[in-house]
Amino acid sequence: MRVLGIETSCDETGVALYDTEHGLLADALHSQIAMHAEYGGVVPELASRDHVRKLLPMIEQVLKQAELSRADIDGIAYTAGPGLVGALMVGASTAHGLAKAWKIPVLGVHHMEGHLLAPMLEDEPPEYPFVALLVSGGHTQLVEVKGLGQYKLLGESVDDAAGEAFDKTAKMLGLPYPGGPQVAKLAEQGNPTRFRFPRPMTDRPGLDFSFSGLKTHTLTTLNQLKAAGTLDDQARADIARAFEDATIDTLTIKCRRALEQTGLKRLVVAGGVSANVRLRERLCEALAKRNIKTYYPRGRFCTDNGAMIAYVGAQRLVAGEHDDSTMRATPRWPIKDLVPPQS
Amino acid sequence: MTTLLALDASSTACSVALWQDGKVTGAFEYAPREHTRRLMPMIDDVLAEADVSLAELDALAYGRGPGSFTGIRIAAGTAQGLAYGLERPLIPVSTLQAMALGTHRQHGAQLVIPAFDARMSELYICAYRCENDQVTALMDEQVIAPEAFILPSACEGERFMGVGSGWMLASSLSQTIRDAVSRSLPEQEPDAADIVRLAAAMFAAGGGLAPHEAIPVYLRDKVTSRPK
Repeated sequence: MRVLGIETSCDETGVALYDTEHGLLADALHSQIAMHAEYGGVVPELASRDHVRKLLPMIEQVLKQAELSRADIDGIAYTAGPGLVGALMVGASTAHGLAKAWKIPVLGVHHMEGHLLAPMLEDEPPEYPFVALLVSGGHTQLVEVKGLGQYKLLGESVDDAAGEAFDKTAKMLGLPYPGGPQVAKLAEQGNPTRFRFPRPMTDRPGLDFSFSGLKTHTLTTLNQLKAAGTLDDQARADIARAFEDATIDTLTIKCRRALEQTGLKRLVVAGGVSANVRLRERLCEALAKRNIKTYYPRGRFCTDNGAMIAYVGAQRLVAGEHDDSTMRATPRWPIKDLVPPQS
Repeated sequence: MTTLLALDASSTACSVALWQDGKVTGAFEYAPREHTRRLMPMIDDVLAEADVSLAELDALAYGRGPGSFTGIRIAAGTAQGLAYGLERPLIPVSTLQAMALGTHRQHGAQLVIPAFDARMSELYICAYRCENDQVTALMDEQVIAPEAFILPSACEGERFMGVGSGWMLASSLSQTIRDAVSRSLPEQEPDAADIVRLAAAMFAAGGGLAPHEAIPVYLRDKVTSRPK
């Protein structure tokens, strides 16, 4: 089955073609980051408007890339949530229009299920069951994955997502939006021993996260240095390093704990922050000696993309699941509400 | 034989209409926040009733705005998906112009000022002259504070009919505008039946676009208060 995947939940337009026999055939991505940068964050209305302009040309582009015609497509998957409702609606309505014209099934899928299963697009995909750390600008969650649609939420952030903490730290350090990758870059020059930031919620049991206190600690440290007149470039880099170390340590401790608790031997790390190189190194180092294998999506599938949506949609469409005539856009949709494919 | 299908979701109403060489059939419902649920079944019903298949359509049309941003995009996405999928041209039609045509057809009005409540104390508004189902704009479509709206000087002494949700804010319009309007119908919403009639004239004149070029017209382009 060949499935067209459409992702428009936030500030990236993603389109891809996935074949259940031959794997990923083509994918295209348009990022709106530059457009939103001047506002210091995503402007939902501008995001929606841009999706409308980009979506059809990108669908045309992936069909050409895969050297396929419209008649070769057997199903359409789109992101139905969670995300920005206006942005989701663009993908949902276009997908439903196309599916009606082509007389093929269409299905709205869960954006985070896409991230969760993005490593399935790699050459060495993980087998079920595994523990997944979903870590992005909107989510920090540990999920036990027993199979497609069988997800148990083990823990999540009680306040800011890890990626959000990265972005806010970047802003405090005067780095441009979106700041996560910039903080990581600055941290490379930082001295790891100058500051030690707290590892929130690691000193007590449980798998929940909290990053807002860490953000406050960063701000306090910055203000102290500013008051003392010692906030130079090196100090900024040292703070970035201390913040990144604390975040990575916290994520690593909780992953280890989740693996111990479930007894599972495979860890999937996905979402925008999973592109962080030092997080990958640290997890690898901490888990290899426990005989635990970690799996990541390739770099460009860490952030939002159409390929993961096409993949998840294909798994569910092939099992007979599909939408009725309602276009679905669900801005809030907990991952624990997902169930295995329903035909 | 020309067969066209038009959709509109730009207001609290949802509508679909079919044009078959001058014969117009369709469905119209008040469906606040229900467009995503109602639009597809309404398309099916309208086509089934006329015993027309999607493959028989020569082109599609939709209410391209102004109106509810999300509503316009639901119609745009659906129409673009259908038109691209069927390899047919797409005709974006002004919702204000469609309101003018509807008022002309139903009430015989020759001069019409359609206006929608654009929120933020503004209107989407324009003025049209209508003759024998031909609708000519007398000015550019605008998003403007009601008190700042003025008619072109050529319209002095003319009597207009007002139509659309914007006329709920009639008391904020200038005295000159209020004096120029003999009657207003604030309860009216755009109807795909009028959109498909305008689309038919545009299609006959070669006005269809490639689906990806048929994008919404919002009029309000300042959507964030943060300075650039």
